[in-house]
Amino acid sequence: MLRPIGARRTGTGHMASGIPTPTRRQLLTAIGMVGGTSALYASMTTMGHAAETQFAGPPKLSGARKGASVIVLGAGLAGMLAAYELTKAGYSVKILEFQGRAGGRNWSLYGGDKYTEMGGATQNVKFAAGNYLNPGPWRIPHHHRTLLHYCKAFGVELQPFIQFNHNAFVHNTGAFGGAPQRFKSVAADFEGNVAELLGKAIDQKALDAQVTAEDRDRLKEALRNWGMLDKDMRYTKNLRSSSHRGFDRPPGGGVNGAPTPSDVYPLHDVLDSGVWNNMAFFMNDEFQTTMFQPVGGMGKIGEGFAKQVQPLITYNAKVTKVNQDKKGVAVTYADAATGQVSEAKADWCVCTIPLSVLSQIENNLSPKMQAAIAAVPYSNSVKIGLEMGRRFWEEDDAIYGGHSFTNQEISLVSYPNNNFFKDGPAVLLGAFASGMGGYHLAGMTPEERIEAALEQGSVFHPKQYRKEFLNGASVAWNRVPWAMGCCARWNEDTRKEHYQTLVAMDNRVVLAGEHASYIGCWMEGALLSSLDAITRLHTRALEA
Amino acid sequence: MMQSCTLRLAFCGALLLATASPVMADEPGPGGTKPIVPVTGEQIYKTVCQACHMADGKGAVGAGAFPALASNPRLGSPAYPIVLVVKGRAAMPGFTDLLSPTQMATVITYIRTSFGNSYPTPVTAAEVAAIAGPPSGH
Repeated sequence: MLRPIGARRTGTGHMASGIPTPTRRQLLTAIGMVGGTSALYASMTTMGHAAETQFAGPPKLSGARKGASVIVLGAGLAGMLAAYELTKAGYSVKILEFQGRAGGRNWSLYGGDKYTEMGGATQNVKFAAGNYLNPGPWRIPHHHRTLLHYCKAFGVELQPFIQFNHNAFVHNTGAFGGAPQRFKSVAADFEGNVAELLGKAIDQKALDAQVTAEDRDRLKEALRNWGMLDKDMRYTKNLRSSSHRGFDRPPGGGVNGAPTPSDVYPLHDVLDSGVWNNMAFFMNDEFQTTMFQPVGGMGKIGEGFAKQVQPLITYNAKVTKVNQDKKGVAVTYADAATGQVSEAKADWCVCTIPLSVLSQIENNLSPKMQAAIAAVPYSNSVKIGLEMGRRFWEEDDAIYGGHSFTNQEISLVSYPNNNFFKDGPAVLLGAFASGMGGYHLAGMTPEERIEAALEQGSVFHPKQYRKEFLNGASVAWNRVPWAMGCCARWNEDTRKEHYQTLVAMDNRVVLAGEHASYIGCWMEGALLSSLDAITRLHTRALEA
Repeated sequence: MMQSCTLRLAFCGALLLATASPVMADEPGPGGTKPIVPVTGEQIYKTVCQACHMADGKGAVGAGAFPALASNPRLGSPAYPIVLVVKGRAAMPGFTDLLSPTQMATVITYIRTSFGNSYPTPVTAAEVAAIAGPPSGH
């Protein structure tokens, strides 16, 4: 299906000279046979096939020195993966975890859960059985191969996450009089208007200097078909434009079966909506379909990892000091319930504690490492789950999963991706806020957050939203006691000055987690960071 | 006049954010861009600062701690809070992307005269701008 290299309109694979040129596939096959898969991979990359992942399969570490030990700080995904693979390699491993549960930011809140945030506000989650809120990660890109690999290996069942829904809404308080629109309608009108304008520019010879006559013809054909223009290259109200944006009366059967077209929006209104931001969002590498979620809540991944390393974990252990010398690492920790202070010793340490917390823990790491740990600010975000008595978004609005975006603080309403068509309560994601809106919602009481989410989210479903609301729960990451923020927020300057220090082994200690990766705020970053850290640790341990 | 200036700055800030570098982290995406424009010191504190420092300014304790702003003698020197708000420290980000120099000055003045602090000399936008430097180019 690939267009042959050098092929022009005829698609014959012959250059103008008449000499046959191999198709891209033929070339790749030949390269693969001569140079093996690594050569094929390199060629695919240089020929325009983007590489998808740095995951090269699980590490095959083995042959740890007899009696060698590692202490892992933090039972999030990075810490548990480190413990799992290092145990397989022959190390004696122990994990210290601040919370009474494993999983870290991989977490789901269910009915019956109790959550107390910093400042003391406590929420008792009242969701019906099977319903949940994923406060942290909630969707998995198809190219996050490390995570997908270990989900399969650890028996964590995944299902589709509906990332892109044409029929969900977009809302901007400054567009269409503040009325939400279906994404498909505004996106179609953006494309149609742009296509018509570009067609005019071609007809007015504005592009003659940049585009050959042959390509101008092809471009006009493309614009007509992409933008649903009529034969005169106009984007206007007709069945053709309606086939993208939706009909006034959709096609049916019998006497009134014929569809009628819908009005198209003028360019000015479409520009007001900012819909191109939504369109561009869905093109982002990390947000392209297919995406996945675990069946039963994101926290199932943490549970799956924890099953592999459960006996190694000491819960409710608050690390207060990390001290290393030439012989090993000593970690001082206090039991959260009893306050009893203990010390754990090991030859090596993998520290996955978020930098937001680690920067406050006494340690004797090198001054450069301490500076790196203190150099990275953390992002904020707030998620709010709203349990509704019925699936009105499905039943009344034909929205099955996906997100309705708004420029209000809540940013979006996201619909559940499972249990379609079921009766009974379901949980909406009623807010996923960051930036200024995230701080504002975080500063509220849990009750105020729910009220704000209901008020703002009602714009999408005004008749049903408050009527069907049953209960809610919220997590403001600034106030999560064991994270004190959402994710590490690097910039070009801090990357340049501190990143390599942060990921380097500091004598007997190595850091791992999303903060030690270039896939920040994704589980994949935490896992790849962990694999890289323990591979280097193992090498160092064998050299020692 | 001051208010319209604040409004304009905050709106520009929001536009800059909306067109900032492509999303990499798992973030909300295109929503949430409507500018929130707190004006008074109390409004700015409630909108931004109390997420971590709490409504009573006393901070909070978790695996680490958010320091108390209440009755904090370090606030006696204006440069101390200005540098923290402009540049951040450890997990706390600098706020030049979200707040104008006027807003930062207003909220610092508010904090220095609230929660048991009494340092009545107002902090000015010029003092904040001097530490913040010219607006960042992104």
